Amino acid sequence: MPFELIVALRFLREGRMQSILIIVGVTVGVAVIIFITALITGLQGNIITRTLGTQAHIVVRPPDEVNRPVLRREDADIAARIEKRAQRLRSIDQWQSVFELVEHAPGVVAASPTVAGAAFASRGNANKSVALLGVDPVRYLRIVKVHESIAAGEFRVAGTDAVIGIELASDLGVNVGDKLRLTTAEGGNDIVTIAGIFDLGNKEVNRRWVFVTLKMAQNLLDLAGGVTNIDLAVKEIFSAETVAGTLSLQTGLLVESWMQTNAQLLAALRNQTITTVIIRIFVILIVALGIASVLVVSVVQKSREIGILRAMGTSSRKVMTVFLLQGAIVGFLGSLLGSLLAGALLIAFPRIFRDAGGFPFFEPDVNVWLFVTAMLVAVLTGIIAAATPARRAAHMDPVSAIRYG
Amino acid sequence: MAEEILRLEGVRKSYGVGTPVETEVLHGIDLSLEAGEFAALIGPSGSGKSTLLHTVGLLERPSAGSIAIQGRDIGRLDETAITELRGRTLGFVFQFHYLIPAFSALENVLMPQLIDKGYRDREMERRAATLLDAVGLAAAADKKPSELSGGMQQRVAIARALAMHPPMVLADEPTGNLDTHTADDVFALLRQFNREQHTAFLIVTHDPRLAARCDRRIELVDGRIVSDTPTPSSSPEVTSL
Repeated sequence: MPFELIVALRFLREGRMQSILIIVGVTVGVAVIIFITALITGLQGNIITRTLGTQAHIVVRPPDEVNRPVLRREDADIAARIEKRAQRLRSIDQWQSVFELVEHAPGVVAASPTVAGAAFASRGNANKSVALLGVDPVRYLRIVKVHESIAAGEFRVAGTDAVIGIELASDLGVNVGDKLRLTTAEGGNDIVTIAGIFDLGNKEVNRRWVFVTLKMAQNLLDLAGGVTNIDLAVKEIFSAETVAGTLSLQTGLLVESWMQTNAQLLAALRNQTITTVIIRIFVILIVALGIASVLVVSVVQKSREIGILRAMGTSSRKVMTVFLLQGAIVGFLGSLLGSLLAGALLIAFPRIFRDAGGFPFFEPDVNVWLFVTAMLVAVLTGIIAAATPARRAAHMDPVSAIRYG
Repeated sequence: MAEEILRLEGVRKSYGVGTPVETEVLHGIDLSLEAGEFAALIGPSGSGKSTLLHTVGLLERPSAGSIAIQGRDIGRLDETAITELRGRTLGFVFQFHYLIPAFSALENVLMPQLIDKGYRDREMERRAATLLDAVGLAAAADKKPSELSGGMQQRVAIARALAMHPPMVLADEPTGNLDTHTADDVFALLRQFNREQHTAFLIVTHDPRLAARCDRRIELVDGRIVSDTPTPSSSPEVTSL
């Protein structure tokens, strides 16, 4: 063991109470940082997963129809009020070629053509407005994993089989195997058999979504051969915005990413992240001040020892190292204990806080790098906090320390 | 003629240089010490004894004049070299022992070697144990300074001062706060090392009884050496110097 480390450890051991207190301080600080980070990251990941559980990452739609007034003269303004057009339901123009393009665009991992429109579902006297979704089941399930949230039956969309949400099923009093009439404003009218009931954890979705085949939706909505939108999944969810921008330029269509659709949510998450960063900075600051103040006192208390060490041939550099090491050791031990404490909290948290169904709200995002980073930050903080006291110790005049102690 | 280990020429030391309260404490000191000498530095309070000792001990730089240790002019050395030279050629014994409370007696004694080498090894432990044995404290090796009496602490400090085999040991009132009996013991110990290991000692003392038992008496008054005489009653082998 090198001389500096021997002395640093011994000094820490000698000032036992101070050392213990400050190590406990670092422990709590590190535990708070790890715990809060894991919790918030887990929470945000969970919110995003839930949000994306019922959404495509990117949706491609036909552009809005606009009026093109023909009256236009160079030398005069013509007062004409142009009313915005009502947007009728229509297909993406030549959607097969668009589909080909977007399916193979970089970053896109899955694509699914969808026919979506409004319809009524009725059984007996009960009549509910629903969102009709005509999908190709194999492709669609790669975008929204409905088959993982089936409450009854199975996700089978073929022929006249349809899959509806759990709320709609209870509103209409139907179950798997029962029949349902679907009518649309376009004059479509068909009877489907319920093959499965899903529960996507969102009441609105559970009440309104009805999955049928592409063909049936096309017939009901009078869109023979067309699709109203193409749903995409991307590899990196936060790249959705960039991918959407590129695709919009390439196709000239309306391309919307989940990040646009959920701008409010993302802004909220960003604010939350900033808040946790601020909390972390303050915790680090407090820990640093704690370490610094303990070491400043220690330098004063140890001025005689420093003087005698200098008289015995210890260079001021070595004296400085002794105190920097004390900061580093305090940071290291504190972060070690803090990591253990945070680990225990993170194991306990999902067990203690559960939702009504007895399941954990969410799993904190625990990863090794979080711990490694926190420990590095703690050690670094210790060293930086020790810098001022260490410099003071190094520049202490040995004679005055020896004379006046 | 014995080897000269210390030479001071025209050494002056001022404090508060450049301020209205500038005071010169040492006014041109010429002094030399040879290997194996056993000298007392005496004088009234405030005469500059401690300042001279600290200057000789390279803890303070002189304001003017030159200091040479074993022929090396320290004026040309930088801080690092001086620190190293101090560690290797000088031993210190202070009035208030100044052992490091966090370390045991043995560890205190091996500290100078540890500082010099940078890490601990068996050889330095052996040497430290031998020295502790020589000052009669082999049994107290693992005791902390707080568990030792004043006299014992001072003996540990003497052992520590000798850890690096320094050619010269500087002692500032080494018996200053000990009772006469213990003071005699400690003094005898210094004398013993001086004879056995041929270590030179420069001892600041107030005690005329102890000064009388040194081979040479250097008297400082108001920052000047007023007398520098061999002690008549000193032992035969030293008077022959």
